Amino acid sequence: MARYLLTRAWHSALTLLLSTVVVFLGVRALPGDPALALAGEDRSPEALEAIRHHYGLDQPLPIQFGQYVARVVQGDFGVSIRTGIPVSSMLGTALPVTVELSLLAIVLAAALGVGAGVLAAVRRGRPAEWLANGLALIGLSVPHFWLGLLAILYLSVAAGLFPASGFVPLLQDPVGNLHHIVLPAVILGTGLAAIIMRQTRSAMLEALSSDHVRTAKAKGLRPRAVITRHALRNSLIVVVTIVGLQLGGLISGAVVTEQIFGLPGFGKMTIDAVFQRDYPVIQAVVLLTATAYIVINFLVDLLYSVIDPRIRVTGEPA
Amino acid sequence: MTTVERAAASAATSGSPVLAVRDLSVSFRTESGTVSAVDRVSLDLAAGEIVGMVGESGCGKSVTAMSIAGLLPDSARVTGSVRLEGAELVDARESVLRRVRGKEIAYIFQEPMTSLNPVLTVGRQIGEVLQVHERMSRKAARARAVELLSLVGIPSAATRVDTYPHQLSGGMRQRVMIAMAVACGPKVLVADEPTTALDVTVQAGILQVLRDLRDRLGTTILVITHDLGVIADIADRVVVMYAGRVVERAPVIDLFAQPRHRYTAGLLAASPTPGRHAGTERLQEIPGLVPVLSAQPDACTFADRCPAADERCRQAVPPLDAVGAAVTDHLAACWHPCPAPRPQPQETTG
Repeated sequence: MARYLLTRAWHSALTLLLSTVVVFLGVRALPGDPALALAGEDRSPEALEAIRHHYGLDQPLPIQFGQYVARVVQGDFGVSIRTGIPVSSMLGTALPVTVELSLLAIVLAAALGVGAGVLAAVRRGRPAEWLANGLALIGLSVPHFWLGLLAILYLSVAAGLFPASGFVPLLQDPVGNLHHIVLPAVILGTGLAAIIMRQTRSAMLEALSSDHVRTAKAKGLRPRAVITRHALRNSLIVVVTIVGLQLGGLISGAVVTEQIFGLPGFGKMTIDAVFQRDYPVIQAVVLLTATAYIVINFLVDLLYSVIDPRIRVTGEPA
Repeated sequence: MTTVERAAASAATSGSPVLAVRDLSVSFRTESGTVSAVDRVSLDLAAGEIVGMVGESGCGKSVTAMSIAGLLPDSARVTGSVRLEGAELVDARESVLRRVRGKEIAYIFQEPMTSLNPVLTVGRQIGEVLQVHERMSRKAARARAVELLSLVGIPSAATRVDTYPHQLSGGMRQRVMIAMAVACGPKVLVADEPTTALDVTVQAGILQVLRDLRDRLGTTILVITHDLGVIADIADRVVVMYAGRVVERAPVIDLFAQPRHRYTAGLLAASPTPGRHAGTERLQEIPGLVPVLSAQPDACTFADRCPAADERCRQAVPPLDAVGAAVTDHLAACWHPCPAPRPQPQETTG
């Protein structure tokens, strides 16, 4: 296991370094000059040169990259070109919003998706399955920015059930925080819930017709035990894989959702940064996203071995 | 007592069988219409008896076995009667059947790799039965699982109990299946193709375990197989099935010595026997395939493949009868049975 973890860690580090290079070069390949964006009215060559020198943009790329990596390793993502605020402190306020939004969306989507998927498989050919399938189809096909607008229109503005926009930090007011974030989380989670539901349903159908489920029935177990202990657990491996793959979609979905609900998160920060050619912020955002991906993948792999002992790498008796 | 003596004794003494199947019919609703899988099968299992059920793939033997404890899918329609010590199981409530399954009637299935749950330890899977039926604690169930693993001949059971199915060999897995099946001391053990997926050497070991269980615990065993070798090895009595019907029923020795139904004769001729086929003699195949029937015809279902078939065979179902044999517990459903055996002294019958 230790060896496996080491290999995985090494691969992760390599992936991270590569994504850093890609981000660094990619940002610089974008059309548009940050010096121009910053200069405002005064676009004299001297002023632009001064700005470039101030932010180290006049250095050769390899040196810029080396300096960048050296700083990132120390937790210093630089200073926003647009606002002059250190990127790390911008992340400090934006990241918790997005993390909370995404986690809540995942939890809601998993609970709803797995529940509906199991129900659809067990009640195959009955109204419960049709309902679950119909809802999944809607969840998959309706874009969530539109769903979000509808939710604001009907649930927030007309019915007044939820605030239409804004955010309260969790530590400051937990109830208010939940009140603000639950609707965006539901909207963000719909697509994921639909995908999880479809995957759970098909994995459960396969598991329910498998030989070992027949054995479980032949042992005289209750249907609940047969379904949860013998069919669902074997189906979860598929579900975990899908959730892991879909998390990327969730991050990009968070960008849109935050924009719609006016949440001061990571997504909003990213969009603003891209429009302003705010290199340090973009780099930090993409690097963090890449890190999140790598960490999630790693966690998914670890989860596999918890769910399915055949994937465990260690402790094989002869 | 030899097994044959025991079978003869039990058949003679026991008035009421442990399991009595009467006129059991099973049909399935499919997208292409109804398919009849089992037609009016009757069968008695006496206490401590090993009965073999043999036939080609698709002859209805597994469906018969599964229907005994109501394990068929919802698309199956089961009629007739299955009585376990007098209690009716066909159309019994699910809660009643749940108490029977694993406790009174236990199953062993063909493929021990897929029949065990890959993500639970074998100890947990054995313990589960005990927790459900014997209300044992998880700890006690685990301890009992170790004993059961030793009982079925798994070495170092105390450590094996915590392994997963994929860490065991095929034979070991099948022993785990058996341990799981006998955990609650069932009255009837249904073994559906218990050795089909195993090497011949491993197969012999598994059959020995089954025999031991019968001898030590008095378990009644129904062995379902397409392998006449397995039948010859382990069964006291044999039931031959063809296209959903019982076509012949006999003590194992009589069946092999003198098959009466033309189908049984064909099956035996198609199996290699040391001595008989030692030379260059070719094995005889039975031409054609087992028919898939939408309804059971008023005819012998084997008629189309039978060398002795005539008009009568195609117009009436032959009854399962003693067909003039010397031994009265040898029955065959055939209008033109193979010639009756010559009366000869049999040293093994009591």
